[in-house]
Amino acid sequence: MELFKRQLRDIYVDLLIHYAEINPNIVIVEADLMKALKTTLFAERFPDRAINVGVAEANMIGVAAGLANMGKLPFTHTFTPFATRRVFDQVTLSIAYSKLNVKMCGSDPGIMAQLNGGTHMSLEDVGLMRNVPGMTIVEPVDGVQLEQLFPQILNHQGPVYIRLLRQEFDPIYELGQQFTLGKATTITSGQDVSIFATGIMVKEAVDAEKILRSEGISASVVNIHTIKPIDQEAIINEAKKTHAVVVAENHNIINGLGSAVAEVLCEHYPVIMERVGVMDHFGEVGKKDFLMEKFGLKAKNIVDAVHRVIAKKEK
Amino acid sequence: MDLRQSLEMYAKEIRKYTIHTIATLGVGHIGGSLSIVDALAVLYFDQMNIDPKNPKWPMRDRFVLSKGHGGPAVYATLALKGYFPMDLLDTLNVSNTNLPSHTDMNKTVGVDMTTGSLAQGFSAAVGMAISAQIDHAPFKIYTLIGDGESQEGQIWEAAMLAGSRKLDHLIAFTDYNKMQIDGEVGLINDVSPLDKKWEAFNWHVQVIDGHDVMAIRQAILNAQAYHGKPSMIIMNTIKGKGASFCEGKVGSHNMPVTKDMAIEAMKGLV
Repeated sequence: MELFKRQLRDIYVDLLIHYAEINPNIVIVEADLMKALKTTLFAERFPDRAINVGVAEANMIGVAAGLANMGKLPFTHTFTPFATRRVFDQVTLSIAYSKLNVKMCGSDPGIMAQLNGGTHMSLEDVGLMRNVPGMTIVEPVDGVQLEQLFPQILNHQGPVYIRLLRQEFDPIYELGQQFTLGKATTITSGQDVSIFATGIMVKEAVDAEKILRSEGISASVVNIHTIKPIDQEAIINEAKKTHAVVVAENHNIINGLGSAVAEVLCEHYPVIMERVGVMDHFGEVGKKDFLMEKFGLKAKNIVDAVHRVIAKKEK
Repeated sequence: MDLRQSLEMYAKEIRKYTIHTIATLGVGHIGGSLSIVDALAVLYFDQMNIDPKNPKWPMRDRFVLSKGHGGPAVYATLALKGYFPMDLLDTLNVSNTNLPSHTDMNKTVGVDMTTGSLAQGFSAAVGMAISAQIDHAPFKIYTLIGDGESQEGQIWEAAMLAGSRKLDHLIAFTDYNKMQIDGEVGLINDVSPLDKKWEAFNWHVQVIDGHDVMAIRQAILNAQAYHGKPSMIIMNTIKGKGASFCEGKVGSHNMPVTKDMAIEAMKGLV
């Protein structure tokens, strides 16, 4: 039950240390946010394998590339905007273009930067990383899923961007549930509409499904934890079944999960769809509930979108 | 032939093949390629512990050309060292080539890091030296940056870290040819005094004539023997060194080079 009570960062750092005991090549490269993610615990256990470059994210990525080039397996850590937009050229060229195996963890995605406000809110990080050839993007939703996906991320040959919620998470899965990198996970299977969700929006999607069920609407809820490469088969199969799709994400609706799903549908099986996410706005200071309300990221927003797509489908 | 003559001969051959490579295509980064040739000659034909027959040998010394546009000079060096056949030098930037403008370790045998976006190679070299430091490795990481490149903030992020970590596995060079694309470095955004900057970043610093092979060799030996700090060897150089049509000329960063120009330049390298 431990997995349900702890913050996601505690589970993440435990996993990092656990696998570092087995794999001596694992190193961490930090930019003065070790205390935020508690990778300080890794540094206590493996002082020689924790490299803190200070407040210099571009150099963090470059140093990680150099370490990977020597056969090390580096994990970099910072907040999502500094893991992506601040270092986009370094990620693109020093890591991806150079075909180096670096795992880049960004914490506090989207509105989860909360009181750090607009400057620290990455509502474009998935979009940026999606455009990098060879990049894998993973957003683990809870501790059970993180624990399952972590060794797969570790063993994947190539760069991975881990979009990691740092603090409290809503437990979605039971212990023992299996997950495969690149494969979407169906939480409920319905007939009228398919809701694809990632990150903190999975809980909202699950809540929305309950509301919809009470209204007599049967909804699939599918958790897309691997945003790239996206599980095309899962999306197409859902669309063939329900002919109506809603995508929910803690990200700008432009170029995030909604766009990725739209690309799959448009090319393979066009159906009516809507995106629930931040409507091309910058972030701002606020607590989670306030921001989710303000930016339309609540279960009720998903329910409203479902009503609209079903109405359009029935026309 | 004594060591100086031998190294000067290698430098001359690298210059000839660098000019040949660019002239075969008709255009290229000639100026900044020719200014680093003497350092490449000393590194690859005297100082670096490498094996062209075993280019991925884990215990080898590494060289990262952070100013990746000097690729043609590295390609000429690698070919002469025996990493690949000389006639591959005729394929610079042709379709599907393994010799792109900027050095790419996934395309060219013997290249130790992919570079091209300035300052990123230097950061990677620092990361490689940290790896060597963690492993107490017996080899060195050599890297070469440009003076224009030294205007990038990332150079100084990486420099600060290398100094702070006392990375004596790292031996760096600055190709101080004092010219960049748009003009003279000193007039655009003056990087001087380079020696004082690197000293202030806790590096062991030497300033030498970057076209004197024995001075380069001695500076490398000094750097190898120095413990507790990374080394910066600031090489005073001349952009386009050795090719009459571009030596010391600001326009030589990336310029057309005809076969006639190459033939004329070769006459000065006999």
